[in-house]
Amino acid sequence: MSDSNDDEIVLTEEQIRRRRARSIAIALSLGVLVILFYIATLVKGPAVLIRPL
Amino acid sequence: MSLLSEGADLARPLRPALSRAEPSLAGVEDYLALLKPRVMSLVVFTALVGLLVAPGHIHPFIGFVALLCIAIGAGASGALNMWYDADIDAVMTRTKKRPIPAGRIEPGEALAFGTTLAVFSVGVLGVLVDWFAAALLAFTIFFYVFVYTMWLKRSTPQNIVIGGAAGAFPPVVGWAAVTGDISLAPVLMFLIIFLWTPPHFWALSLLRCDDYARAGVPMLPVVAGYDATRRQILIYTLLLAPAGLAPWIAGFAGFVYGVVALACGLVMLHLAWRVYRDRAGASAATAARRLFAFSLLYVFAVFAALLVDSLLARFGLLP
Repeated sequence: MSDSNDDEIVLTEEQIRRRRARSIAIALSLGVLVILFYIATLVKGPAVLIRPL
Repeated sequence: MSLLSEGADLARPLRPALSRAEPSLAGVEDYLALLKPRVMSLVVFTALVGLLVAPGHIHPFIGFVALLCIAIGAGASGALNMWYDADIDAVMTRTKKRPIPAGRIEPGEALAFGTTLAVFSVGVLGVLVDWFAAALLAFTIFFYVFVYTMWLKRSTPQNIVIGGAAGAFPPVVGWAAVTGDISLAPVLMFLIIFLWTPPHFWALSLLRCDDYARAGVPMLPVVAGYDATRRQILIYTLLLAPAGLAPWIAGFAGFVYGVVALACGLVMLHLAWRVYRDRAGASAATAARRLFAFSLLYVFAVFAALLVDSLLARFGLLP
């Protein structure tokens, strides 16, 4: 069986740092979206269920 | 024409600087750059004015959501524009350091990013604010990406005239977020930005003509020459100055707005005349630079005056 180490990608410190920053940014964006919908639901009250098209 | 053949050559896909197997070096700041934050600031401001001068009431938080969605929608348009125009950006001095031509973001990543933001901005605006405003935002994104970027930009010197409509929609979307419809007032706001766009971008293109020619973009100075561009700048500014007064004449804005719009319109006309008159040497470049710089101030000043005027009237501080 061949050694698969040649196919592995080893990230540099800089690449790890940037990947972490991207992950945090995505997590924050999703968190903001959740909070946005939560507050909007409170603000709109029962009207949030009204969907005139 | 040689320009078009050069443009056709640019249609080949951009060869990514990074191999597909190589991990991304993109930072968060690169993704923010895809959103064209400087363009976004104008979009947000004009949309805010459209939202605040509209009759009726909107909860401040829902108004904030509307502005956020309009800003993200504009950013999505910017990202999709950078995805499609990466080949042009790579050969222009002004744009070659953007994330895609610089190799920090793959074109496919920018496409996915822009598409996701476009879908979310329109969807959230529709669900939380108003579906008519969301439809207008969707049309704005469609117009900027498909009509301007993919079709007009590489095919006609009238690209920024017709494409300017995309930049003129944000105050209309802001208005519709409150009222759920369109009336004369947002149409006049649209008209001001629509007529402002040609003098603004052609003043810049007079300064960057070589860049546009090298990239194969048929901007007016490249195709029709400098003198024709100067004439067109003057004509559009002659249309813009009275259009700027239209909200006052139509009774939609008051005295404060009228004075600011008149003063700014006269300065724009003076600077456009200087561009038309000064055709050689350093004075020609200076005239174009001054018009470009003041045109930015013009649109901010006119919309700020509209906002101040509207707020004064709303709080009963105007006769």
